[in-house]
Amino acid sequence: MPDPASPPVRPDHSAILDIVTPRSRVLDLGCGDGDLLRALREQKGIDGRGIDRDDRAVIACIGKGVPVYHGTILEGLSLYGDGEFDFVILSQTLQQTIEPDRVIADMLRVGRRGIVTFPNFGRWSLRIRFLLTGRLPSLHGGPWRWYETPDILRLSIADFRAYCARKGIAIIESRFLSPSGRCVPRFWANARASTGAFVIARRPG
Amino acid sequence: MIPRDSVGLVRTLEFRLAEPADGLPLDSGGKLSPVTLAYETYGTLSPEKDNAVLICHALSGSAHAAGYHSPDDAKPGWWETAIGPGKAFDTDTYFVICSNVIGGCSGSTGPGSIDPATGKPYGMRFPPVTIGDTVRAQKRLLDHLGIPRLLSVSGGSMGGMQVLEWMMAFPDSVASGIPIATTARLSAQGIAFDAVGREAIMTDPGWKGGDYYGDRGPASGLAIARMIGHITYLSDEAMHRKFGRRRRNGLANESALAKEFEVEGYLEQRGASFINRFDANSYLYITKAIDCYDPAQEHGSLVKAFARGKAKVLVISFSSDWLFPTYHSKEIVRALKANGIDCSFCEIQTSHGHDAFLLECPEQTELIRGFLRRVRREARA
Repeated sequence: MPDPASPPVRPDHSAILDIVTPRSRVLDLGCGDGDLLRALREQKGIDGRGIDRDDRAVIACIGKGVPVYHGTILEGLSLYGDGEFDFVILSQTLQQTIEPDRVIADMLRVGRRGIVTFPNFGRWSLRIRFLLTGRLPSLHGGPWRWYETPDILRLSIADFRAYCARKGIAIIESRFLSPSGRCVPRFWANARASTGAFVIARRPG
Repeated sequence: MIPRDSVGLVRTLEFRLAEPADGLPLDSGGKLSPVTLAYETYGTLSPEKDNAVLICHALSGSAHAAGYHSPDDAKPGWWETAIGPGKAFDTDTYFVICSNVIGGCSGSTGPGSIDPATGKPYGMRFPPVTIGDTVRAQKRLLDHLGIPRLLSVSGGSMGGMQVLEWMMAFPDSVASGIPIATTARLSAQGIAFDAVGREAIMTDPGWKGGDYYGDRGPASGLAIARMIGHITYLSDEAMHRKFGRRRRNGLANESALAKEFEVEGYLEQRGASFINRFDANSYLYITKAIDCYDPAQEHGSLVKAFARGKAKVLVISFSSDWLFPTYHSKEIVRALKANGIDCSFCEIQTSHGHDAFLLECPEQTELIRGFLRRVRREARA
């Protein structure tokens, strides 16, 4: 079977493709079908690994030649030693994790840098919808309702910044994206961006 | 009629790999000679000799992994679902080799072979053999076939143990490995089932200390061993779906202890067909080789055992396999990862139990196909 045609690149994927340095070692947590790792391999020559808990996703990854571990993120992370990767990625996965604090701590153990992207729950449109209707908007404007969405956490760019400050995590770089993938200026990003993308690292010492 | 997607008519070949002057060194000490290894091949070896895939069989398997020995054969080789044109191990692309194990009874040297010292079958005088012995014999076969490096080595159950052993013993001779539904050391539960099977054989009066050749032999003991084995290869759900509590026709009124349930009939039939094709002493030797396989003990730990490994690996397990449960596969993955080895892992959701790897399994096909394609691409780059 030939490889299926590449779908349009997800906005946060283009940001990650831009951030990751060529020929680095990359681990993608919740890698799904492996599209990001394949794009990174083809465009940046990286040596990539994935972790996903869904067997269909794992089979799709291996079909694309992407090495992957079938299991939970924390279990998969435990297989790796300290600093084994240049980048560990949580691309639109953080909001689906049960223990985000442990996941972030362990991703910064096995990777020198973490790249975290997530839907920003602080943006105006969502705030207004909640204010007016009193009902939680879905994160992606998608069809999922609160009782069926895989997105079990809701956080804003401001929440994530506060978390990093509290945990002593350095934010090396931050990017803010509009729904179409365009960069949003830093000013009032928490109110204007639909996606936040952060490069983080443990503070030395 | 032979199906189109089969490798077609094949025959088992024999390779004499050890003459008295050049015996096969055994893990138990000493050397064995002469040694014959039965094998089959499918597909064509590329001029670069870079498309060879070795298939290793499980306890009751043989070199006959695919195709038919004659047009009237009722059954094809044991892994017909996976080997052939367009299948997981695509014989249009790969040169597939399957060899019998040492100690077997399907053309290779085993306890039923003639002991040159006595002119009679070895019986229990056959030396203990190990997974490592078989892999060393297979290496001689590949040298004979002129294949310096395998693109991949794969097998399920005991075949998976051989895959692990290949990566440990001959790291420079394998580009990749696909161990399926296997373990790096059998659990106490697994050993227990094998022990009951061996006990059934050795307590059969027909066994006669292993010197039964020419007689009927321990037929009922071997059949019982096989029946026990079959229970462990299925799962609760698979058995329920296959047989439920259904009864066989016409047996209800026969006697209080008639084998009235369908599952009883199935096991009886499996046992009966096994005694026609398998040697009881081989069953003893091979199950013992499985039970004793323990590279972690041999090397100090499983992590150390893979220290020289460099093959890329795809580990596959099945969710309902309780004989070789998923956590065994995960231990293998953990040890490989600790050595920085490029290793993928997938647990396939299925109710078919341990035997799932032998059945038609689209997920397994997709995994193997994708993995081999990548390994080939990277080996050529």
